[in-house]
Amino acid sequence: MTSLPARTLFPRMPRGRRDQRRYTPRPRQKGLVRRAALQAFVKLDPRTVVANPVMFVVWCGTVVCLLATVRPDLFGDGAEASGRLFNALVSLTLLATLLFANFAEALAEGRGKAQADALRRTQARTQARLLDPAGGERLVDSSTLHKGDVVMVSAGDTIPADGEVIEGVASVDESAITGESAPVLKEAGSDVASSVTGGTRILSDQLTIRISADPGKGFIDRMIALVEGAERTKTPNEIALTVLLAVLTQVFLIAVATLPPMAAYLEEPTPVVTLVALLVALIPTTIGGLLSAIGIAGMDRVAQFNVIATSGRAVEACGDINTLVLDKTGTITLGNRLAEEFLAVGGHREAELAEVALAASCFDQTPEGKSIVRLAEQRGAVLPFAVERATGLDFSARTRMSGSDDPAGIEFRKGAVDAIKGFVRSRGGTVPDDLDGAYEQVSRLGGTPLAACRGNDILGVIYLKDIIKPGIRERFDQLRRMGIRTVMLTGDNPITAGVIAREAGVDDFIAEATPEDKIAVIDREQKLGKLVAMTGDGSNDAPALAQANVGVAMNSGTQAAKEAANMVDLDSDPTKLIDIVTIGKQLLITRGALTTFSLANDVAKYFAILPALFAGVGLGPLNLMGLASPQSAILSAMVFNALIIPALVPLALKGVEFRPLSADQLLRRNLLLYGLGGVISPFVGIKAIDLAIGALGLL
Amino acid sequence: MLPWFLAALTLTVAVLTAFPLGRHLWQVFDDRPQPAWDPWLLPLETALLRWIGDRGQPAANAWAYLQPLLVANACFGGLAYVLLAFQPAWLNPLGWPGLRWDLALHTTLSFLTNTDQQHLVPEQSLGSFVQLGVIQFLMFVSAASGLAVGFAVIRGLCGLPLGNFHRQLVRSLTRVLIPGSLLLALLLLFCGVPMTLADPLRITTLEGGSQLLIRGPVALFEAIKQLGENGGGFYGANSAHPFENPNGLTNLVSTWAMVAIPAASIDAFGRFLGNRRQSTLLLLLVTALIAVGAAVAMAAEQGGNPALAAWLSGPNLEGKELRFGAGLTAFWAVLSTGSMTGAVNGAMDSMLPLSNLVALFNLFLQVLFGGQGIGIAYLLVFMVLAVFLTGLMVGRTPEFLGRKVEKAEVVWSSLILLIHPVFVLLPAALTMAGATDLAGISNPGPHGISQVVYEYASATANNGSGMEGLGDGSLWWNLSASLSLVGGRYLPIAALVLLADGYARKPALPPGPGTLATDTTLFTGVLAVVLLILGALTFFPVLALGPIADALVLAG
Repeated sequence: MTSLPARTLFPRMPRGRRDQRRYTPRPRQKGLVRRAALQAFVKLDPRTVVANPVMFVVWCGTVVCLLATVRPDLFGDGAEASGRLFNALVSLTLLATLLFANFAEALAEGRGKAQADALRRTQARTQARLLDPAGGERLVDSSTLHKGDVVMVSAGDTIPADGEVIEGVASVDESAITGESAPVLKEAGSDVASSVTGGTRILSDQLTIRISADPGKGFIDRMIALVEGAERTKTPNEIALTVLLAVLTQVFLIAVATLPPMAAYLEEPTPVVTLVALLVALIPTTIGGLLSAIGIAGMDRVAQFNVIATSGRAVEACGDINTLVLDKTGTITLGNRLAEEFLAVGGHREAELAEVALAASCFDQTPEGKSIVRLAEQRGAVLPFAVERATGLDFSARTRMSGSDDPAGIEFRKGAVDAIKGFVRSRGGTVPDDLDGAYEQVSRLGGTPLAACRGNDILGVIYLKDIIKPGIRERFDQLRRMGIRTVMLTGDNPITAGVIAREAGVDDFIAEATPEDKIAVIDREQKLGKLVAMTGDGSNDAPALAQANVGVAMNSGTQAAKEAANMVDLDSDPTKLIDIVTIGKQLLITRGALTTFSLANDVAKYFAILPALFAGVGLGPLNLMGLASPQSAILSAMVFNALIIPALVPLALKGVEFRPLSADQLLRRNLLLYGLGGVISPFVGIKAIDLAIGALGLL
Repeated sequence: MLPWFLAALTLTVAVLTAFPLGRHLWQVFDDRPQPAWDPWLLPLETALLRWIGDRGQPAANAWAYLQPLLVANACFGGLAYVLLAFQPAWLNPLGWPGLRWDLALHTTLSFLTNTDQQHLVPEQSLGSFVQLGVIQFLMFVSAASGLAVGFAVIRGLCGLPLGNFHRQLVRSLTRVLIPGSLLLALLLLFCGVPMTLADPLRITTLEGGSQLLIRGPVALFEAIKQLGENGGGFYGANSAHPFENPNGLTNLVSTWAMVAIPAASIDAFGRFLGNRRQSTLLLLLVTALIAVGAAVAMAAEQGGNPALAAWLSGPNLEGKELRFGAGLTAFWAVLSTGSMTGAVNGAMDSMLPLSNLVALFNLFLQVLFGGQGIGIAYLLVFMVLAVFLTGLMVGRTPEFLGRKVEKAEVVWSSLILLIHPVFVLLPAALTMAGATDLAGISNPGPHGISQVVYEYASATANNGSGMEGLGDGSLWWNLSASLSLVGGRYLPIAALVLLADGYARKPALPPGPGTLATDTTLFTGVLAVVLLILGALTFFPVLALGPIADALVLAG
């Protein structure tokens, strides 16, 4: 294992948060709060409020209290005119509750909107050179391009819309969407490098592109719609929670509405304003006010990781994932395997093998090939021929080998051990007895064995070492504690795969895997009732991405993969799947924690308001907090109820801190924090506010 | 000390008998072979089902389960109403007149819903044959209906098909309620409870007055009354009457009988689930909660009335049978309101406010052992809600018993949360609003509020006990309580069956370290808090105005 510092190879947040990147269009943070504050008033419109049953009750209560402020005798409930100040104060507190809730939502939306605006700036209209099918070329506005149109772009142009490269090779600057400044090579026919995104800039050469998205349906459009929350629909869990909150609101509505006749039997007046205060204190306003903000902020957090989710549903599903299906290369190991050792066989010397390996790799431009050249040169090998006069042979999936032919026609080859065996036999050679031993030796070390031959003579095995990403083992340990199983897929032989799997700490592996195996694994897990997440980039991954409950496509991948997936990672970093799972869990925990907190608050509020409301019946001893006066008690409870919303806004937007613990440990911890905390904090808060009201002489 | 010891003994016995009885219930409702029973009962059960025209196939969906339930209940109810309203002479040798239509309706619905709230004095309104053929018949079938539904819900939540209502109804009767009641009746007989169709005795009292002693088939009636959690007495005085509950032994056995089947149902749930740890924790939780309630009430009653402390020391003996004493009467009251029996062996109205508070609290919760079959079902609903509320905090869509809790589950569970406010608080408030001309409340002040709320809580929870002290034979009381009876019975049953049916159809998820485990002491604690918060927090205002204010006033 290399001694590179873990941070550089495997940072906690891949490439950092979006807003900290140098090349990302930066969202305007200035004025965010001011705009949210303004929006909070706009959202007072009853047509908006009615969507949220809890807050709608508060809204109605505010109106009632305002009326009672103007005409204290309006409801004929025996509340004398001297109650006007009190009524006004309660009305103001209720109004503040509404505004705070609106503000939380507006702030969450505003952050998304700011990001959307920044993205939109990259989408400036451009002229596109449309190629007519009949031949010829004309300039059109980029917004009029449709799916199937073919356009030509050359150095300096902005690519007008999403599409597939059908001709040409060019380097493209994709920093607008990925935040990475290094240009990306795009070429036709390549599986992964042929898709281009509208809004990115072509830096050199020219490309012919077939447009793959209709106007307004492109990648950036989707991204904008998403972060802006325009297409936000409530997620299943959010809907279920809304139902429960609505029912609880109705329950408390009945509980409060039935009080006046009973109190009247005891000849105890129940002023409407006090009843409204009791109702608002009891209904779960804290979670009701913050629920949508939590959801929007969750999507925003995903976007900040530079991942585009097609729906909130997908983000929520992440929290439920049971199994992660991961490709070995790039996720568990660093993409590049490096040559480590030459193992000569059949009585050959190591120097001989090094020379043949060098000869077979001199045309190989892959990192593996370069590392073989480097190792061979270190061992003092020199090319036995002049490069200019030799011909190179590229690797292909069919032959599973590469190499070169020297001017004399001698064939130097390196490749999968089976493939080389076959090659040698076809040339009339024999396979040395100790080849299998060397093959196994390398496999047992977790390396990839490549055989090298000259003509029909096998010289030995090149040991390509796989480097497991530093820190990945700890992350798999965390995942296991969270109850998530990891399955590694690799094209390696079973021995190598087993060694890597053990070293990296994955739970299961599939060796010599084909793309079809991915679907088979997902299918098998789903049949057991598990939810599966996976990453992929190639077109042949598309069916598996669609089959998985959460499919994350790499942005560098093909259009087909991106369309099949429900998330796209703009950084093309497969490890990020683990972060996305964390975000999904965090979203659910935040929702649960604030719900628990909100309900636990009711205990203290009862003890503040009921003794105040029914002091005449002898409920005075229930005034556990020793609040100064009935009016001050009610007002204190209301003020606490209002202030707790802005106090929790940072938590709602940032999300509750997530720790990779078992369910039991998480429950214990969060119950203590938000359950017990929810019972105790209002006792302290209400008492403090009561003292403050007394000190200010407000009532 | 003795009452405390006997109370603890009774609860311990109830927990211990829950295991063998639970095994029996599981065998009955999971169609397991029962070699000692099958040769006798299988042919009978099959014949009965064939007679109804049901081949005993499991219901295909929730509606297919509910339909025969509603039809059967409508038939039982219709028949009973006619017989009560007309009381034909061949059923009624003493010649009591037929009941007024609203009283007949209330009485029918009350016994049909396993509530047994009585707005009449039974021995002075109903003939022995009516008691035996109509009232006792309803006691058996209403308890059997409850058991059937309870086990259909358990089956659904454990991922099994709900089963067939008729089959479950018949098996509840043949294998649980009838043999159990016969055994219990025999024991009561030996202790001196009458079982006769003889005419009343006219006797001369010590003072030389003449008294009519009404006898009847009391022993069997009493057995199903307790075991089936019915609670409606043969006599108006219920279990305070010496013919129903002659001595200390019958008193303890009757107390045990009230909670025997609901406690066993909890254990049976664990056997269906294949997780006895889960059911044992639930059983202990419920026992612990009711023990706390019993301790509060017993301490209050034995401590005496604080308002009279200046003149009287000793227990609060007003409205108590000296045969049982203040402590065991309070214990009975707590178990009777916790299980949905509603039988009384003393006057609830004369109990101290703290005892009333515990009783009301039991009625609101409806799970401290709870009704026949319905108790465990409600407990499971509270578990669903507890899982949904706190399960999010482990970072997954909440899962319960290996299935996800989603919108449908939340809708059906929270519908059950709405039942009590709608059918208890709304009619109580309506009554109070017209207090002077409608309620006929005998007590002013907070105690009056307790009485009215208690009446509707008892009806809605299908408990049937009354604080009394209300002129409750009137048209308003009969009709409004009837509404609460029906609303409190059939709406929850429908919601429960829909919940269970939907649950059984969901894909099962394998549990893992990331799933919230419900069979831990931690979650059991969470469940206790959720029970208290969701079950009682709603009613805190009304409890504060009623028993709590009452207690504070008494304490001065």
